[in-house]
Amino acid sequence: MNETLQQIKERFQEAVAVESGRDGDVVVMADTRSARGALLEVIGKLRDLGFTVLTDLAGIDYLQYPIQQPGRFAVTYILSDLKRRQRVRLKAYVGAQDPVLPSVTHLWQAANWLERECWDQFGIRFEGHPNLKRLLNHHEFVGHPLRKDYPMRSRQPLSENDSLMDEMVVRLRQKGLLLPGIEAQLATPGVRVSDHGEEAAPGSPSFGARGGAASAAVVERITALPGVLGEPEFYRDLHTELMFLNIGPSHPATHGTLRALVALDGETIMAAVGEIGYLHRGFEKSTEVQTYNGVIPYTDRLNYVSAMMNNFAYCKTIEKLLDIETTERTKAIRVVIAELSRIVDHLVCIGANLVDLGALTNYWYLFNVREKAYDIFDRLTGARLTNSYGRIGGLARDFYPGCGDDILRVLKETEKAIADVEQLISHNRILLDRLTGISAVTAEEALSRGWTGPLLRASGVDYDVRKAFPYDGYEQYDFEIPTGTVGDTYDRFFIRFYEMAQSARIIRQALAKMPAGPIFPDVKTAALPPKDDTYNNIEGLMNHFKLIFEGVKVPPGELYDSYEAANGELGFLVVADGSGKPFRNRCRPPSLLAYAAFPEIIEGHMIADAIATLGGLNIIAGELDR
Amino acid sequence: MSLKVERVQGDRGVESFYLWNVVQGLAVTVRHAVTNLRAPRAVQTTNYPEEKKVMPPGYRGKHRLVPRPDGSPKCTACMMCATVCPARCINIEAGEHPDPTIEKFPVQFDIDLLKCVFCGYCVEACPVDAIRMDSGVYTFAEFNRSDFVAHKEQLLATLSQWAEPR
Repeated sequence: MNETLQQIKERFQEAVAVESGRDGDVVVMADTRSARGALLEVIGKLRDLGFTVLTDLAGIDYLQYPIQQPGRFAVTYILSDLKRRQRVRLKAYVGAQDPVLPSVTHLWQAANWLERECWDQFGIRFEGHPNLKRLLNHHEFVGHPLRKDYPMRSRQPLSENDSLMDEMVVRLRQKGLLLPGIEAQLATPGVRVSDHGEEAAPGSPSFGARGGAASAAVVERITALPGVLGEPEFYRDLHTELMFLNIGPSHPATHGTLRALVALDGETIMAAVGEIGYLHRGFEKSTEVQTYNGVIPYTDRLNYVSAMMNNFAYCKTIEKLLDIETTERTKAIRVVIAELSRIVDHLVCIGANLVDLGALTNYWYLFNVREKAYDIFDRLTGARLTNSYGRIGGLARDFYPGCGDDILRVLKETEKAIADVEQLISHNRILLDRLTGISAVTAEEALSRGWTGPLLRASGVDYDVRKAFPYDGYEQYDFEIPTGTVGDTYDRFFIRFYEMAQSARIIRQALAKMPAGPIFPDVKTAALPPKDDTYNNIEGLMNHFKLIFEGVKVPPGELYDSYEAANGELGFLVVADGSGKPFRNRCRPPSLLAYAAFPEIIEGHMIADAIATLGGLNIIAGELDR
Repeated sequence: MSLKVERVQGDRGVESFYLWNVVQGLAVTVRHAVTNLRAPRAVQTTNYPEEKKVMPPGYRGKHRLVPRPDGSPKCTACMMCATVCPARCINIEAGEHPDPTIEKFPVQFDIDLLKCVFCGYCVEACPVDAIRMDSGVYTFAEFNRSDFVAHKEQLLATLSQWAEPR
């Protein structure tokens, strides 16, 4: 790490501030108010040094932060070097007046939606972004909710649907499906199809409310004009036109509130654009008024299929900020439960995907054993789905007597069910033909799109946070990272079988040498005192009161930490200000970047294949929209 | 990292002969059918609502207030549960207790079950073990929204599923 720090320092020669973060990552700070181009130069140099993957991009509003910062806003770029297993946190500061940064969408496809989200939540503009539109909030929404001066409880009545035709027209033109000459007809005043990067200036009447009006007008024009849309050559005699169809937001096959607007030629998708935000409930804003432990029930609802992994991911980040280490027993329990959750998550993904493909029987076989795993969860944690099992520093409860045996028994039954399913599907020609060669994504493309987890591994990159940045003692377990070759739906689907087998291996190893001992380290500032102390002695009671009323106090600082969740790298970027509540709590959901790619990778395939692709991506709306 | 996902091609080898896999698949499903017919009680589904699943001890169900031997709540209205609650669903109004050794008691203790997220933090936070979630009740159905607010008397009357209240 020091070597990298040295390298970066040499490279920049005091042009920007470089320091070692508390998480061991290198932090590069660039003040871009003077020269806007400087940021791209810094990023270019970091890319030369090997930090070629954009893991996350998130804004921070430092208004009222106790420590003076060079600018009100900072956009944090998490850049990863997957080969050397290192990360750099690049902070670009911008001032309060007209915050603007150059876009990095030409370097990474992942930046597209991440910058849109940053614009949406903070109002930071990205110059050169192809389509800087709101992402999570409604298109009529006024203001930028994650700014500190946006009131927590303000409400806005929003009614008009986004037709998405503004984006669709751009996409059709890119694909050459729009007849020449039409643009001039579409481009009436107020309907500027060509320059979506331009938003009205803050303060002007049309600010924040432009998208809806424009897209409605575009639709009107498209439907009014005959022959607006180009036709593929071989259909010209039939005088057909492309047909628009909404897949979702409420469709059983999307398994969540996701929307894709597709332009169809017969059953083939010629162009597609996506919309998310239907389940956006302001996770990041809401958690700013909760104590650090109070955030844990919120994290349950991110990826609700494997809720406990989110708990652990969040707790791990806060523990790092507090600089405390949890006990060996807690680490082992976390590994066991996280891997069991991963198996459950993959069972749900495979089962639901097979239902979409018409193979219902498998769903019963897989959900039977999932039910048994949930029986363990509710005995262990007290709830089936939203477990709230992690605590900062430890766990809500210790294993109940016989829990390990229960897990081993369920593991055995799961393996049997998986074997049954494999026998039903793995040589079934219908299924193989449905999956092979659909929506293939190369390794370079997957990296550029910011994919992680099973999706990235299916494309052949053996990046796994458990190996790259080991935590919870994963380095002591013997397991392998399965990878795919082609990166099509087939690989994304079947890689989960291999991952479940590896998870089972890890669980067996962890249970075999489960250490005894307490589940909380002896840290009075984080762990609630034992109930005996609370009930019977005044010191315990006072400590209990302080922790409940004020929360766990985290010293000022910030860091990014990642966790290998079932769908990929789940990261939390937490900024602490010394109080008991997080100042900023950014969640990097793996599903967001997976779904960002979805509209593009389904183009050229049929609707039914798009559904299979969506199942293979395993998008969980709770995590995608936060 | 040598573990590679095996690629099975649908149009080669035995896979191209589709019927063989159908026979194999039928063997699996018939086996399951016979097993289920021979032991119908072993199947995972329950005939809800005639049969209700009994939740294990420690399950976080509907809350209850633990009474003292005289039937009044153990709660001292310290507001810890209301403070820690992430959903802000507990509303307590404190009053002076006639017994000078007890100091305070809740005049009013309401839990809005529609807001509650059943995280169990109130139980964890309580310094006198006055609130528990061990009723085992996991289904709520009412005709009015206001009926979902559980009041003190109701919470006191709720019994533990596993043990008699102290």
